Amino acid sequence: MSSITGHSAIDELPSGDGRPPLDADKAGTGRLGDRIFGGLATGSGIFVIVLVSLVGVFLVIQAVPSLLNNNANFLTSREWVPSGADPRFGIVDLLWATVITSILAMAIAVPLGVSVALFITQYAPAWLSKPAATLVDLLAAVPSIVYGFWGLSVAGQYFDSVAKAIDAVLGWIPVFEFNGSPIAKSTLAFAGVILAIMILPIVTAISREVFAQVPTAHKEAALALGATKWEMIRTAVLPFGKPGVISAAMLGLGRALGETLAVTMLLSALNASAAFSLSIFGGGETFASRIANDAGEFDSAQKTGAYIAAGLVLFILTFIVNAAARVVIERRKAFSE
Amino acid sequence: MAKRIDVKDLNIFYGDFKAVEGVSLTVEPRSVTAFIGPSGCGKSTVLRTLNRMHEVIPGGRVEGKVALDDQDLYAPSMDPVAVRRTVGMVFQRPNPFPTMSIRDNVAAGLKLNGLKNKKQLDEVVEKSLKGANLWNEVKDRLDKPGAGLSGGQQQRLCIARAIAVDPQVLLMDEPCSALDPISTLAIEDLINELKSQFTVVIVTHNMQQAARVSDQTAFFNLKATGQPGRLVEVDDTQKIFSNPTEKATEDYISGRFG
Repeated sequence: MSSITGHSAIDELPSGDGRPPLDADKAGTGRLGDRIFGGLATGSGIFVIVLVSLVGVFLVIQAVPSLLNNNANFLTSREWVPSGADPRFGIVDLLWATVITSILAMAIAVPLGVSVALFITQYAPAWLSKPAATLVDLLAAVPSIVYGFWGLSVAGQYFDSVAKAIDAVLGWIPVFEFNGSPIAKSTLAFAGVILAIMILPIVTAISREVFAQVPTAHKEAALALGATKWEMIRTAVLPFGKPGVISAAMLGLGRALGETLAVTMLLSALNASAAFSLSIFGGGETFASRIANDAGEFDSAQKTGAYIAAGLVLFILTFIVNAAARVVIERRKAFSE
Repeated sequence: MAKRIDVKDLNIFYGDFKAVEGVSLTVEPRSVTAFIGPSGCGKSTVLRTLNRMHEVIPGGRVEGKVALDDQDLYAPSMDPVAVRRTVGMVFQRPNPFPTMSIRDNVAAGLKLNGLKNKKQLDEVVEKSLKGANLWNEVKDRLDKPGAGLSGGQQQRLCIARAIAVDPQVLLMDEPCSALDPISTLAIEDLINELKSQFTVVIVTHNMQQAARVSDQTAFFNLKATGQPGRLVEVDDTQKIFSNPTEKATEDYISGRFG
């Protein structure tokens, strides 16, 4: 309930002995309509919780035997030979590629999405704001294969000069080193850019919703103090919208971490013997693209388990990120009305 | 510091709709002027033109003259932001910034003005909260959220926030309409103190309140339904409530409206 604005009416009710609202609520009458709707809602809630738990349990059950057979360190090894008499596999490369592409995507999409949302809600004239919002929402409806294809065949060719420019200025930092192999459009950096475009509509749509909810009273309070428009946004709009923007970023990050098809199409997989590189202008595979690339070869339980273990890491990673965001939002709850 | 307000032949529009017509009045420095009248007659609209908050509403514009001492607030060279820093405003519903602590709420305007020195900020925060008769109630919890105070305290917090930037004029748009009688009394006492430093203009629906706090009262009314609002009469409060010139005023204050 507090996920979008950090505010919910129920939070302001005296909580009595701190029981959850469901117990404290005596609004249910036991009439047929109440019982049916209450039952449906409760059932749906329980269904989702059970479903997520079962996914977790499934991943663990499938992954554990393979992990026990693993002769390399799962967390620190770069090898990936998941089957045979001497299975050796680790996730360092996958984790790095997944995290760096997602961070890049967030670094681009969050500021951009928040700016677009501010434009739509605070700056755009009324006749423009609705169509602009609809257009951005349409971005979310584009299938990811289209992004992948567009990236490869159209946008990618321009990224070479971008990569060279960044290398020329920042190339002395290992992260930004670009040596032309693989070609620019097959690098982690470009995958991050495409991911950013893909999560942009999510970030924009949710940010837009919260910014539009900022009470006029708060905006006028700032203006009446002699705030300029930008100062008004900084004083009233952004602080009010912060929990919503964090939620938006987390949803976007969830998609970026798990996005498969576009990333698989773009990224050039590394040769198993290639040296580990920190550069965002290197190739690699994310958790999702590795699983997709090799999905045709799941011929033994041992091998499948190794890939599922990788999927489990993705699951846990997403969980940690979401939990961290929740902590940030909750900690400021008293200050969000 | 306090300044005189001169309004002359003021017409106020929302887009093409003329909401208020032909208002002329003078507000003396260090006095309290009350705007009374039925709902929808344009009192708040007139109030909002005095610090150019009216034009924040899409389509809002004015014709005529509003001057602070001899400075035309609507001169082309006049920056509305600068006007609002000179003419402070308190709204109908208490609206402290929900994401800020009590201290930061009071300091918000100062920070907009670029004041960063923490010691100076603390001094002004204390002075303003004292000026708003709130200091004793909140001095031990300045870092708690402003939204956690009671309604009356929140409104006094908003007054503290408005006077912290040391405005020339303080506008109050029905500041007590969301408050209980005790909180209302606290605000009225405060208005009496504030007028030693500021020029105060207050919109109120409560005629007793107008009689209690103001030196001068302006009665607004609609010409007819669908017609623009206008200023019927402005005079000393005592005269308005004992012996008004216009019949409409007498009808309104004696409850025989219509």
